[in-house]
Amino acid sequence: MPMIQLEDICKTYHLGEISVPVLKNVSLTVARGELVALMGASGSGKSTLMNILGCLDRPSSGQYRLDGKDVSKLSIAERAMERNRKIGFVFQNFNLLPRTDALDNVAMPLTYTAEHLSEGEARRRARDMLRRFGLEDRLHHEPSQLSGGQQQRVAIARALINRPPLLFADEPTGNLDSRTSVEVLHMFQQLNEQEGLTIILVTHDPNVAKSARRVIHIHDGAISNGSFSGHNDTRMASNPGSVEDGAGI
Amino acid sequence: MRILRTTKTAMKALRRNPMRAALTTLGIVIGVGAVIAMMEIGAGSSSQIQKGISSMGANVLLIMPGTTSSAGVTSGTGSVTTLTPQDCAAILRECPAVLTAAPIVRARTQVVYGSRNWEPNNIYGTTPAFLEVRQWGRMAEGKMFTDRDILNSNRVCVIGKTLARELFQGRSPIGKEIRVKNVTFRVIGVLNSKGANMMGMDQDDILLAPWSTIKYRVTGAALGTTNQSISSGSSGNSVNTLSNLYPSGQTSLYPEQSEVQAANNPMLVRFANVDQILAVARDAASIQPAIKQITESLRRRHNLRDDAADDFDVRDMTEMSNMLTSTTSMMTNLLLCVATISLIVGGVGIMNIMLVSVTERTREIGLRMAVGAQPRDILRQFLVESIALCLLGGSIGIALGRGASTLVRVLLRWPTELSVGAMVAAVVVSASVGILFGYYPAWKASRLDPIEALRYE
Repeated sequence: MPMIQLEDICKTYHLGEISVPVLKNVSLTVARGELVALMGASGSGKSTLMNILGCLDRPSSGQYRLDGKDVSKLSIAERAMERNRKIGFVFQNFNLLPRTDALDNVAMPLTYTAEHLSEGEARRRARDMLRRFGLEDRLHHEPSQLSGGQQQRVAIARALINRPPLLFADEPTGNLDSRTSVEVLHMFQQLNEQEGLTIILVTHDPNVAKSARRVIHIHDGAISNGSFSGHNDTRMASNPGSVEDGAGI
Repeated sequence: MRILRTTKTAMKALRRNPMRAALTTLGIVIGVGAVIAMMEIGAGSSSQIQKGISSMGANVLLIMPGTTSSAGVTSGTGSVTTLTPQDCAAILRECPAVLTAAPIVRARTQVVYGSRNWEPNNIYGTTPAFLEVRQWGRMAEGKMFTDRDILNSNRVCVIGKTLARELFQGRSPIGKEIRVKNVTFRVIGVLNSKGANMMGMDQDDILLAPWSTIKYRVTGAALGTTNQSISSGSSGNSVNTLSNLYPSGQTSLYPEQSEVQAANNPMLVRFANVDQILAVARDAASIQPAIKQITESLRRRHNLRDDAADDFDVRDMTEMSNMLTSTTSMMTNLLLCVATISLIVGGVGIMNIMLVSVTERTREIGLRMAVGAQPRDILRQFLVESIALCLLGGSIGIALGRGASTLVRVLLRWPTELSVGAMVAAVVVSASVGILFGYYPAWKASRLDPIEALRYE
C-alpha cells in the first residue's frame, strides 16, 4: 500500500467570475519509506499540491488516499486529526511559538492527540525527542536564544513527536546558511534511511533536491516529471512519457 | 480532558505575554473596581438617605381612635376614645415589626412664664419614647422626663427651642417653673431644634410632658380639642389648685353603663384614654407587617368580634414612604446603569485586545491547526484566555474597588457599605463579559484557514 496515492486531483480557485485551475489532473504515488523532492517554480501549483498532500486543503475533484485512507472528502476536524496522527510539518521559517521554551514547543502537538498523555509523559517524550537531535542542553531555551539550525532541529523534533509516518518539509533550508543546510538535509536522509520515514521535501533549490532519491517536477499545475517511482509504479503504461526516474543517488 | 489541556495551553499562552495580559485586564479591573466602589459608596449613601427620610417620619405609623356613628351621622376620626396607654404598651410587647411606640395626649392652651406668655402649637403628653419615635436625637439642654414621672404624674416638662426662646429669651429655662393652664410645670429639658416639618409647621414650638400629667392635671378630659374652647375660655377664672388632680371636671371615660349593658359588654374598664399612638416600624419594608400586627393586637385587646369594624385607624405616611421606596429604587437603578456601562467598556476593551491578539498570533493559530488542532480547540483556547483574563481582572477589580471605597470612607468620611451581592455579581458578570466579548475573536481565530494563517506575515 503506497503512502500517498493521488488520482486525477484537480484544484480550481474561484475568483469571482473567473475560475483559475491550479492543479490539472495530477496523479502521483509515493511509496512508504521514500525521500521525495517536490520541485517547481513559484506559481507552478507546488504549494497547492503540498497543501492538499498535507491535508490542509481539499482537492476540487479526484481522490487522495493517505496511508490507504481516502482523505479527499474529510471534514475540517477529521483532517485535523489525520494531520495530527500521520503528518509532521517542517517550515521554512520554523514557526516556533515565541517566548516558549524548546520543550514546550516540541510537546505542543501532544495537546491535540487523541490518546491523552499526562503532562509529565508529554514532557518526557519531548525531552527524548530533543535529545535525539542533540539539543538536551537547550531544553529551556526560547526560540530567540537558539541559532537557525537549532530552531529548525526543534521544529523537526516537534514534527516527529507524534511519530507520524509522513514528514513534509517546506523549503526547510530556505532560512539556513549552507553549512547548516547540509546538516539538516543529512538529518532528513538519516531519518529516512534509519527509521523508514516517508519524507517529502518541497523546494525550488536543485541542490536540496539532490539529496532526495526521486524528484517530482511540477509545472503549470501538472506533473512534468516523476509522478511514479519506477520500482513500484503499476500505472506506468497508462501515463507514458510523463514518468521518469528521479535524480536518485 | 481535552478541555483541561486546552485550558492549560491558554494559561501558558497568557503567561507568555504578561504585559499584554495585564493591559487587557486593565479594562475589566477598572470596570469591576468602579462597580464595586460605586456599589459600596452608593449603598452607603442610599442607606444614609433612607435614614434621613425616615427621620422625617416615613416609618411612623399613626394610630387614631375610630369614628362614632349615631343616627346616620358619622363623626370624624378621634370622636370616640378607644385607645389607652395600655394599648401602646401592648403594641410594644406584641408587635415585632414595631421598633418603638409612644402615646400622645394633646392639649392646646396658653403657657405662661413670668410676664411672658405663648401658645405653643403642640402640647403633648407622652412617654420618653416619643423622642425616639420622632428621631429627635439628643437634648439640647437638660434631660427628658422618665417613666417614673409618668407614674407619679409629675409636673415636669421639656420644651422646644421656639417655646424656650419666646418664654425665656435666651436665658436657660432649666429648673424654671412655667404655668400651663394654671398648672405649674418645672422645665427639665430643652429639645434640639428640628425646624419646620414638611407642611411648614414649626416643630420646635412644642411642650412635652408626661401623658398622665397632661391627661389628669391639664385637660382632665378625653377630648382635649373639644374641651379646649371651654377650658381656655374659663382658664382665666379657674383657680390654680396645685393638688387638684382633676381640674376640669369629667373623670370617667365612658357614660355610665347600666347593669345589663355591663353584663352584655365584657369590656374592661379603661382608666385613661389617649388621643393617638405613634408607632415606628423597624424599616421601610416592615411598615405593612407592622400595620397588620398592630391591627391584630388592638382588635384582640378591644374584644372586637370578627365581623365588627375596627374602632381605631392605623395610618402610614404613604407619601413619604413612597418617596423612600422610589428613592431607594432610583439609587439602585442609577448604580446599575453605572455598573453596566463600565463593564461594557471593559468588555469592549477585552474584545479589542483579543482581536489584536488573534491577528498577532495568526501564525501560531495556523501552526496549531497544522499539527492537528481542530477549530473547536482554537475556539476554546481563546475563549478560555479571555474568560481567565476577565476573572483575573474581576478579582483584582474587587480588591481595587474595596480599597477605593475604604479610602473614600476614611479620607472623605462618606458612608460606605460592604456589598456582597455586588461582588458576586462582579465575578459572574466579568466571566460573562469574557464569554460574550471573547467569543467573537475566538470564533474568528477558529475560522482561520491554516494555509493562509501559516503564510501570514
